[in-house]
Amino acid sequence: MPQVEIPKDSWSGSVTTVTLGATAADGGTRSHTITVGGHKALPFMHFEQKMAHRPLIALEIKDHRPDDWSPLLLDLWGDAANDPASWAKAAESAGADALVLWLSQNGTDGKPTTPQAAVASTKAVLQASGLPLLVFAPGQAELDNALLVPISEATTGERLVLGICEDKNYRTIAATAMANGHLISTRTPMDVNLAKQLNILVRDMGIPPDRILMDPTTGGLGYGIEYGYSVMERLRLAALQGDGNTQSPMIVTPGAEAWKTKEAKVGHDVPATWGEWLERAINWETLTAMALVESGADIIVLRHPESMRRLRAAIDELMSVPA
Amino acid sequence: MPLSGLQIYKLLPKTNCKDCGLPTCLAFAMKLAAKQMELAACPHVGAEAKAQLADASEPPVRLITLKPSAKIAGGRELKSGNETVLFRHEKTFINKPGMFLRVHDNEPIASIQARVAAVEAYSVRYVGMDLTLDGFAVQAEAPLDATRFASVVSAVRAASKRPMILIAPDAAVMSAGLKAIEGDNALIHGATAANYEAMAALAKQYHSALVACADTLDGLADLTNKIKAKGVDDLVLDPTSRQLGASLTRQTQIRRLALKKDFRPLGYPIIAFPGDAAPDQEALQAAQAIAKYAGFIVLERFAPEMVYPLLVLRENIYTDPQKPIQVLPGLYEINNPKPTDPVLVTTNFSITYFSVANEVEGAGLPAWLLIVDAEGMSVLTGWAAGKFDAERIAKAVKDSGVANKVTRHRLVVPGHVAVLSGELEEALSNWEIRVGPREAVDLPAFMKQVL
Ligand code: B12
Ligand code: SF4
Repeated sequence: MPQVEIPKDSWSGSVTTVTLGATAADGGTRSHTITVGGHKALPFMHFEQKMAHRPLIALEIKDHRPDDWSPLLLDLWGDAANDPASWAKAAESAGADALVLWLSQNGTDGKPTTPQAAVASTKAVLQASGLPLLVFAPGQAELDNALLVPISEATTGERLVLGICEDKNYRTIAATAMANGHLISTRTPMDVNLAKQLNILVRDMGIPPDRILMDPTTGGLGYGIEYGYSVMERLRLAALQGDGNTQSPMIVTPGAEAWKTKEAKVGHDVPATWGEWLERAINWETLTAMALVESGADIIVLRHPESMRRLRAAIDELMSVPA
Repeated sequence: MPLSGLQIYKLLPKTNCKDCGLPTCLAFAMKLAAKQMELAACPHVGAEAKAQLADASEPPVRLITLKPSAKIAGGRELKSGNETVLFRHEKTFINKPGMFLRVHDNEPIASIQARVAAVEAYSVRYVGMDLTLDGFAVQAEAPLDATRFASVVSAVRAASKRPMILIAPDAAVMSAGLKAIEGDNALIHGATAANYEAMAALAKQYHSALVACADTLDGLADLTNKIKAKGVDDLVLDPTSRQLGASLTRQTQIRRLALKKDFRPLGYPIIAFPGDAAPDQEALQAAQAIAKYAGFIVLERFAPEMVYPLLVLRENIYTDPQKPIQVLPGLYEINNPKPTDPVLVTTNFSITYFSVANEVEGAGLPAWLLIVDAEGMSVLTGWAAGKFDAERIAKAVKDSGVANKVTRHRLVVPGHVAVLSGELEEALSNWEIRVGPREAVDLPAFMKQVL
């Protein structure tokens, strides 16, 4: 029988190892920490290099009930979605590896979220759950700074991930993260060069590489996922080829993107060929996520626990190949 | 592996006779290397050079074509293989993996027919394209029964115009199935080290492609060599791993060997069986198969809520990364608009256009839809890149002549680009600029309540 020589890529670069959360021993209050990154080969190519750390799945929760979420999600979370502490507990018992507290732009009174309220929500979540925590601001540069700085100061030493750090506000967020022992998540719109540039900018500020995650931005299935998918593949290849500004572990938010689509959000007056609503929505979220796992995602932020369960089973299988 | 111009030149007569229409043999060689001319244009190449050039021009992953018998009117053809890259950004993935629904020959025939009919009728619209599954696989179950297999194969063929995959471990059973669809170019699953001679004979007799099954790459390469020696060229690989990690590894290794090492024994499309997975993992396995190199995908379950997202994923992964799918800029009429109906403006990115057009059309509301040439970008991408700004919108309004078609000059802009309204009011002074909702889903309500 012929002996097929299996081509193995050998790479000079690797993905940075990043640890989220700090336990009491390290000055935080988390029950445990989670480490991502460290890869020396493309995802799940264990025959070249055993994959250092598996992708982790975080569930997204909000500071108050998000009225614009799909009724499928709101029904599922029920009363737990009314306040961040019970939502955090529910998400932890659903089996999340970590939590993303994504702050709303406005409070229940319709006025912009205040720093006091944002700090209170964050603390409530930290008290309710021992999971490593990521806190994302609403995505309005000025408001984000106003909310994230006091949160960062009120939670010194927790190794939270603060996001979303963009070209407009990276200075403030990176500075407060450094001063208070947190991590940052940078986001750029689906472009390899923009991702590199922002990485250079935050590192110029002195934040160490093991405190940076990068979010290359994704689109939902059917709404631009292919761009995100390819940008991630290119970023990961560049990282392995040794480009130091692309070596941060990648975080993506397929939950938010998938649940924005009509396919996931809407159950009535849609074509019969779309099939049953709930299962379609779960498939929309899991397929978006699965494609991104294949292209190098290290942290996957989802919204539905059933999607998480299925994706985790898939990652288990992807991890269990003997080297 | 494609030859370079110089390598080709060495195989040409080097007489510079110009019969090919080019001044020199070297010039012709360069055109061949660039695939801009065919070898046939040179009447003087020798037989040996021809053979060498033909071999070198074989694609690294062989193209496999399946189709129903020519007797079947409107039969649908499927092409798989011919891929040239490992990552879609390097160029593009070419032939979408064929997606098949599997039925089993021990199911009641009525339930098989019902499922086949449902798949045959199924077609879902996504950005103006009608997406469907590609064919059916029929699997023989124990205890094997050639007559039963043949009758199920015939029943499926009678209800379908699409290509078929026949799955049976035994040559006698397979033979009965193939006879039932004589004239089809089908796919036979499959040959193993134990039965390949008989299966290869059937593949030849019935002009069908043959799947080689082995659980190691050595075993697979050995098997394809042996089958090829029997005169069967159209092969497909089943590395038999049904677990996500193992299949990702195998499929990546096979694709790399074919593309990077030009390793011919594994230069064939791969078949994947997500349908063998647990029901709630089938979609994820199929998703991996789509992204990671399968040429044929066999599903077990037919549920629109699973099939639709899979078909969309397949479109997304297989779009050409160099050019976004676009629609023609211009003025579109939705539901026979009257001169008093509103003008909605959006970009020529297909996804954007269809999400707006479908909402308005679906709600039965008449409107004029003005598509601006934003070079195929979405609303916000186009806005951020300066391809969807007040100037371009104003130009589109003027070029389209819409002002002569409507009596009420109302222009609705997408909510995401509300910032453009000031500039637009200046550029289009006799128009009333209205800011619509951010998402197309909310358009019908907006049109009913606010316009
Ligand atoms: C895919 C994508 C790309 C793709 C391009 C896809 C394409 N062909 O357009 C790529 C990767 C090439 C790209 C590039 C860029 N992108 Co981009 N991209 C996206 C992404 C992920 C999805 C866009 C999309 O396809 N949406 C789906 C379509 C259907 O949405 P849509 O067109 O807006 O249509 C909806 C609504 O607007 C509404 N609607 C549409 N028409 C109408 C009409 C009316 C009347 C009404 C009422 C409603 C309505 O209905 C639709 C459905 O609800 C978004 C982020 C995101 N997740 O949304 C960023 C995003 C749009 N990109 C952004 C940027 C900045 C860029 C770049 C400029 C980055 C750069 N500097 O290079 C480049 C520009 C391109 C260039 N210079 O070549 C930013 C824009 C920021 C801003 N607010 O201005 C975004 C929002 C990302 C971000 N958060 O920063 N991008
Ligand atoms: S026809 Fe053939 S031999 Fe003549 S110039 Fe062209 S390539 Fe050379």
